Amino acid sequence: MNKGLKIVVLATQVPDTRNVGKDAMTAEGTVNRAALPAIFNPEDLNALELALRLKEECAGSTVHILTMGPQRAADIIRDAMYRGADGGYLLTDRKFAGSDTLATSYALSCALRKIGADVIVAGRQAIDGDTAQVGPQVAEKLGLPQVTYAEEVLQVKESSLVIRRRLERGVEVVETPMPAVVTVNASAAEVRPQNARLVMKYKYAMIPSEVAANAGSLAAKMVAERDYLKIAEITAADIECDEQQLGLLGSPTKVKKIENVVFQAKEAKCLNSSDEHINELMVELIASHTLG
Amino acid sequence: MANFFSDNKDLQYHLEHPLMRKIVELKERGFSDKDKYDYAPQNFEDAMDSFRRVMEITGGVCGDVIAPNAEGVDHEGPRVENDRVIYASGTVENMKAVNDAGLNGLTLPRRFGGLNFPLTCFVMANEMVARADASFENIWGLQDCAETLNEFATEEQKAKYLKWVCEGATCAMDLTEPDAGSDLGAVMLKATWSEEKQTWLLNGVKRFITNGDGDVSLVLARTEEGTTDARGLSMLVYDKRNGGMKVRRIENKLGIKGSPTCELVFIDAPAELVGDRRMGLIKYVMSLMNAARLGIGAQSVGLCEAAYREALKYAHERQQFGKDIIKFPAISEMLTNMRARLHGARALLYETSRFVEIYKQYTHISHERSLEGEERQEMKFYNRLSDAFTPLVKLFASEYANSLAYDAIQIHGGSGFMKDYPCERLYRDARIMNIYEGTSQLQVVAAINGVTKGTFMEQIARYESLEYSPAMQPIVEKLKALRERVVAMIQRVEGINKEFPQYKDFHARRLVESVGHIIITYLLAHQATEVEEYGSDAKAFLKLSEAYIAGAEAYINSSEGEDVALISEVQEQF
Repeated sequence: MNKGLKIVVLATQVPDTRNVGKDAMTAEGTVNRAALPAIFNPEDLNALELALRLKEECAGSTVHILTMGPQRAADIIRDAMYRGADGGYLLTDRKFAGSDTLATSYALSCALRKIGADVIVAGRQAIDGDTAQVGPQVAEKLGLPQVTYAEEVLQVKESSLVIRRRLERGVEVVETPMPAVVTVNASAAEVRPQNARLVMKYKYAMIPSEVAANAGSLAAKMVAERDYLKIAEITAADIECDEQQLGLLGSPTKVKKIENVVFQAKEAKCLNSSDEHINELMVELIASHTLG
Repeated sequence: MANFFSDNKDLQYHLEHPLMRKIVELKERGFSDKDKYDYAPQNFEDAMDSFRRVMEITGGVCGDVIAPNAEGVDHEGPRVENDRVIYASGTVENMKAVNDAGLNGLTLPRRFGGLNFPLTCFVMANEMVARADASFENIWGLQDCAETLNEFATEEQKAKYLKWVCEGATCAMDLTEPDAGSDLGAVMLKATWSEEKQTWLLNGVKRFITNGDGDVSLVLARTEEGTTDARGLSMLVYDKRNGGMKVRRIENKLGIKGSPTCELVFIDAPAELVGDRRMGLIKYVMSLMNAARLGIGAQSVGLCEAAYREALKYAHERQQFGKDIIKFPAISEMLTNMRARLHGARALLYETSRFVEIYKQYTHISHERSLEGEERQEMKFYNRLSDAFTPLVKLFASEYANSLAYDAIQIHGGSGFMKDYPCERLYRDARIMNIYEGTSQLQVVAAINGVTKGTFMEQIARYESLEYSPAMQPIVEKLKALRERVVAMIQRVEGINKEFPQYKDFHARRLVESVGHIIITYLLAHQATEVEEYGSDAKAFLKLSEAYIAGAEAYINSSEGEDVALISEVQEQF
């Protein structure tokens, strides 16, 4: 049996596009981030669960979150700690702003080289971009084998993992040597709930810049006294990287134009966007059991 | 992504009650755990922050896991295989979720792995679980049995059983037998001391045991051979891993179908004595039952919440005569009264839980050191209030659960009678609540002393002396008038009872419920003084109180002593 794995979960904080209300889009047709709460990307939660189960399977293993984003992305690191992760790293720097998937995976892979990991687990894709590129790109950049669409780790061997993948036409069982990158499907086990004892233990966990902003508070005092409350903050200067490949500079993707798609139907019923019409539609859909 | 805590402002209000400071300080003993356990609070604010967070976790598990499973659990139910209970698959999922969320040993001390939360939080969690699935509340809520062990068991027993409960072991209280239901003094299951095995051995049958196949069971048994009454009964703790107990069958019930109600056979099952012999029923089961009654109060309020929400939702969706049915006064009046009763029962529930908590904490402290004079006074004071309020909340909340479930179906009309909507399950689940852990009739017996010996009236006087907002003044004036009428009713009943001994029993329920109505209205008026939105609940509940007391008063005033004979007539028939 393995002596314990160092598992890193790649996670991202996204606007909640699942519970879309009528304010979800701005008049210009872009996502109205102010109206949508920032959440833990759903498939990254599946990835976290897979990582936590792997940790339970191999005594002595650790699970850490690596996320790139602004300061508030530390929220998802704490969230993961409440569910059983040991800690995390927030990769944050103005130089990362405007990253597309290429620049993101470059920054993450540089950070991962520094952190080191036996297993890197990520959600298949994020709900704000739906590209499913970051996990595979990280594997490419690190020169590691990748298992995509993973559903469950079936077996942990001395230096390899046996994994079941969910594909369009069925399932496939593969074995990969470690270290490896695994991206996880939404069909994998759902994440466990936050745990009461862990929430109380870790609720004051912070990155250094949060500690600085809360200087003098009970929380800051607790972080100073207890090492397990320290969440690592990594900037561009902390990782060996080529700044030309970071952020907007390193992102070849350009958004040319965004269009609203209009569906055509023969027998159309006209509803405008007034609250009254929306309510009427909801009542109709519920009555016909289309919804609910 | 439903959350039964964040969607419920009334619950959040009750969590923030001013008495919480005193409760937390008693419970935390000067926050002495703060450097010993990484999850212990640093101070009061820190503790409150943790309560809110954990209640939110509980609300999430209830909304996202337990509630969606409820229909399947009701349909599938548990079964017996090879003398053991197999839970419905949804129940198994629920258990995993509450364990993963760490919601075990909520009130137990940290040295056994518990969260050391106040009873108020446990009651709140119970309520949310019951709103999601009343049958699962039975299983999860039984962790409260461990509180009885915490109070009366040896340190060694606590280290074994409390720790296990904190890790997710489920509990049962094995009291009822085929010939011992409300009359537990008639329990016959035998416990005999075996010199050879150096243990007590249980032999006999228990019936109607909720979660009878739980890991840890508190068993009421006859340790004193030759006795036939309560004085020969002791309490024992049974560990399922030791064998000797079989589940013979589980009952096919009207409601709470997910909760296995078991018939158990004990054959030389080893068990440990808890506390002193002969004190089983008199002391320990009484304590256990009081806690269980508060638990049913919580379960009932949770069901009221579910019924009210189902009814409100349907009344907004259903259209007849070209408009939403909620626009019809007949419907909106029903819903207004449902909400007033829901919020009223909840107000009484948390008031009671605070009384019980303070009393219990002083009891625990008195085991650690002798209490100061003032503390002893306070302990007595809250003990009296707990004893009076516990049956009152069980009575009101469980009856309201039934009436709200009834009204919820009525608002659904014909559709409510079909299996398509959750309200039919709520109706079936509610029906046991005013029966088990003591029927409503027995709650009246337990509460009537509080009426005639002054406990309730003294408390009402305390409510009267509080400050109320100008909007609530007229309500308080009316309550004073009602109180005087109820005092007159009590005097009349006591007077006639001297000559006709059953006369007080005859009217006991009317007196208890009259007093209860006044108390609940006061609690709502007090809440409305703090938060204006409760004003309409207070006003609506006052009307219910006035109507109820007028009816009870008319009934009592028109009953003479001779009417005792009238209600006894049926005894001769059949």
